[in-house]
Amino acid sequence: MEPVEIDVGRHNPGVDPGLELWGWEIPVYLFLGGIVAGLMVVPALLELRGRKPEGAGLRMAPWLAAVLLSLGMGALFLDLGHKLYVWRFYLAFRPTSPMSWGSWILLLVYPVLVLQGLGTAGEHGRRFLRTLAGPLSGLVDRLTALADGWRRPVLTASVVLGAGLGVYTGLLLGTTPARMLWNSALLGPLFLTSGLSAGAALLLLLPLTTEERHAVARFDMGAMGTELVLLKLYLTGLATGGEPQRIAASTLLGGEWAPQFWALVVFAGLGAPLALDAAELRRHRPFTRLAPVLVLVGGFSLRAVLVAAGQDVSFALVP
Amino acid sequence: MSAGRYAMVVDTRLCVACKACVLACKAENNLAEGYCRDWLVEEVHGEFPKLRAENRSERCNHCSEAPCVDACPTGASHIAGGGVVLVTPDKCTGCKACMAACPYDARYLTPEGFVDKCTFCLHRVQRGEQPACVTVCPTRTLHFGDLDDPTSEVARLLVDRKWKVNHPESGAHPNVYFLV
Repeated sequence: MEPVEIDVGRHNPGVDPGLELWGWEIPVYLFLGGIVAGLMVVPALLELRGRKPEGAGLRMAPWLAAVLLSLGMGALFLDLGHKLYVWRFYLAFRPTSPMSWGSWILLLVYPVLVLQGLGTAGEHGRRFLRTLAGPLSGLVDRLTALADGWRRPVLTASVVLGAGLGVYTGLLLGTTPARMLWNSALLGPLFLTSGLSAGAALLLLLPLTTEERHAVARFDMGAMGTELVLLKLYLTGLATGGEPQRIAASTLLGGEWAPQFWALVVFAGLGAPLALDAAELRRHRPFTRLAPVLVLVGGFSLRAVLVAAGQDVSFALVP
Repeated sequence: MSAGRYAMVVDTRLCVACKACVLACKAENNLAEGYCRDWLVEEVHGEFPKLRAENRSERCNHCSEAPCVDACPTGASHIAGGGVVLVTPDKCTGCKACMAACPYDARYLTPEGFVDKCTFCLHRVQRGEQPACVTVCPTRTLHFGDLDDPTSEVARLLVDRKWKVNHPESGAHPNVYFLV
């Protein structure tokens, strides 16, 4: 093949010499969004399968999710270039835009979290919320009655919306054909399982009963196993694709981002916590906080590495 | 000029990379310092002394299947008359989804925070004039017109000459053509 020298006389800030669209804000947002998905789905699934929440961890999960989601949306807001026009997200629904879907899903998540939280709260918690609401305590009573009466529909909505939120965080990147590393529909389920796993890991760091901890740890192991399979499928799809996809795969498999990907995402974030969880559940080793912390590190690293590496690979690299 | 399917045809055999098109665009559209909506790409193939060069004046491709328009969550990126892809600054949140979606990296975030790009000088075209870059080109490299009109210069050039588009594998169906 003859040598080619290409001189591009374009020097737009943020675009040249390499794309620098999204910094720390987007990985943080995607990570917190994933955790919120996990905090919605995992406790709701456990309760739907007959396990009433006893430990404080499961009771506080919806409220913690609301706080983390707000922090994530704060990070997203910081990333906007035209911040005063943020309200424009809610004057349109664009079915072809994952970001538009995400904006509306985020808005629907809050009321479901409130209803899930009120339904899970114990007597002390409800009294505290009534005091906190002050003159609006009547509204808290009405919402609590609604949350109690509609417990199963609320839990089902929590599972569905949480899953939608988790998938959306992946599809936000996955539906971008111009960035070959991101352009895979598998990023949706991959980010969902990673988010469920991270949510479960955060729950494991909160006060749970022994039975609850075992149930959440088992769920976490299943999510991590599924995530490993999805990660393998995603990389196989890239590595066996056309030239653009192969270039993209090489950045993770053996290129510039390989050390971070293999060390933080695969070994520290998936392999090590899977082994630690298995040791705890199968060999009855004592519970340590190391496994959930590693899962959280891996979950954030997955998003940070993919967001950064994905911006490095564009059609400009394809001969 | 009535709206059909506007396209630009760039004759790479005539372009001398003088960058007059870049300067004309900056002046016409009052672009901020350091930003450009069109730019020159100089590609050299082979080894000395057997060299082959190609100069291309590039810009937004105003794709028929514009991924930027699909990605925009607010409708700020839209397709206007003649298939021209435009951005409405008052609707743009600066989320950069369109920039991530553009296979040609033709968009940028202005210092004011909204996304901007080539408009094919639609404001001039609607007055019956040619885009600024076309009018200043000293070698008549750039041609602009309606591809839906078979008698237009751009349509005839694409019938008579060999041409290519940038990265057809993107699937975006770009409307800037390069005569080779």
